[in-house]
Amino acid sequence: MNTKECLFKYILRLADDNMIHGQRLAEWCSRGPILEEDIALSNIALDMFGQAESFYEYAASLQGNTTADELAFRRSEREYYNHLIAEQPNGDFGQTIAKLVLTSAFSKYLFEALQSSQDETLKALCAKALKEVKYHLRHSSEWLIRLGDGTQESQARVQKGLEEMYLFVEDLFMSNAIDEELVSMNITVHAQDIRPQWEAHLAELYNIAHVQKPESTHAIKGGINAIHTEHLGHLLCEMQYLQRAHPEATW
Amino acid sequence: MVESKESLSIQKIWDVLSTIPDPDIPVISITDLGIVRDVKLDGKVALVTITPTYSGCPAMHVFKEDIKTALLDLGCEDVHLHLSLSPPWTTDWLNEESKAKMRAHGIATPGKTELQDAELFSDAKKNIACPHCSSSDTKLTSQFGSTACKALWYCNSCQQPFEYFKPY
Repeated sequence: MNTKECLFKYILRLADDNMIHGQRLAEWCSRGPILEEDIALSNIALDMFGQAESFYEYAASLQGNTTADELAFRRSEREYYNHLIAEQPNGDFGQTIAKLVLTSAFSKYLFEALQSSQDETLKALCAKALKEVKYHLRHSSEWLIRLGDGTQESQARVQKGLEEMYLFVEDLFMSNAIDEELVSMNITVHAQDIRPQWEAHLAELYNIAHVQKPESTHAIKGGINAIHTEHLGHLLCEMQYLQRAHPEATW
Repeated sequence: MVESKESLSIQKIWDVLSTIPDPDIPVISITDLGIVRDVKLDGKVALVTITPTYSGCPAMHVFKEDIKTALLDLGCEDVHLHLSLSPPWTTDWLNEESKAKMRAHGIATPGKTELQDAELFSDAKKNIACPHCSSSDTKLTSQFGSTACKALWYCNSCQQPFEYFKPY
C-alpha cells in the first residue's frame, strides 16, 4: 500500500470508531436513566456522527469515486476498521460510562498528538473533534466518580463495566502496516506512544472514583485489521438496513 | 429581490448574510456566530467561506441552504460554499452585542474557552449568572441541553431553568 491508501484506511478507522460508538450511544435514546442523561448521551452520539461524517468525507475525497454515505452504509463487517471496544453492547449505564471514559481519554490524547501531523486536513479535523471529545471525557469522568463513589450497587456495577471493557484495551493500542507507513511519514503516531499519558490520566481518575484498574488477564484484538467480535455484524444489519433495502433513497 | 444585478457587492452580500438567523437561536445571525469567514465575488458568482460549529450540528445543513437561497435572491448567478476547517470555530468569536442578544433571549453566554480544559465538576463550582434575574445562585442540571452546544442550568433565586451556551 502506498501512503495515500494507508491514509485512506487510517481515516476510515477514525470515522468507523465514531460511527459505531455513536450508533451504540444512540441506542440509549429514550432509555436513559433520567431525562437529562438520555439527552446527554444522544448529544454525544450526535457529536460522534458529525465527526464520523467529516472523516468519511475526507476519506471519500482521498479515494475518489465514492461518498461518505457509501463508506458508512455500504461496507460490511470485514471492511470496518473500528476498535473492538466501540462495537461492544452498552450493557448497563455503568458499562456505557466505563466505555466512554476509556475511549474519550484515548481520543483526547490521540487527537492532541495528531496536532503535529504533517497532514493538514487530518490535523484540522482532529483539532475540531478535540473540543468535543473533552466534553465527552469530562461528562463520563464525572459519572464514573458519582457511580464509583456512590452506593455499593453503583460502585459494583461500574467496576464490573470497567472489567468488561478492559478485555478490549490492548486492541486500542495495536498498530499494523498502515501505522508503520504513516508514522514514518510523520502523519500519525503509534497508539502505544500515547499510552503512558492515557494510563496516567486514568490512574488519577480511578483513584478519585474509588474504582480499581482491572487486571488484564485476557485480551481480544483485531479491530484495525477488520477482525471483529460477533456484535458488529448485528449492529451493521440494523444501521445499514434502510440504505441496503432502498439504495439511492433520498428524502 | 429588489436589488438589481448591477448593484452586487461584497458589502451587500455581508449585509444579507447578517440577516440569516441561527435556526436554533433565532435572535442571532450566522455572522454574529462567526461562521462566515470570508466572502468573495467573481463576476456574479459568490464564493462564501464558512466554518462548521459542532461537528454534528444539524443547523449547518440549514445554514448552507439559507445562504444559497438568500444570495440567489440577491441576484447572484451561483453560490459556491467553501468549508474551512482551520482555525476551528470557537465561541470566542461571539461579540459582546451577540452575547447580549442571547442573554435577552434567556441563554447564558460563555466565557473564554480556557475553561474547556478545566478540572472535573468545574461547571458545578463556578456560578453562571442567571440570564433572567442575574443571580449567581445557580446550579448545573446537565452538561448537555436541547442541543450539544448548550448545558442545562437552574436558578435557585428566580426558580427558572435556563440554558448555558458552553465555551467551545
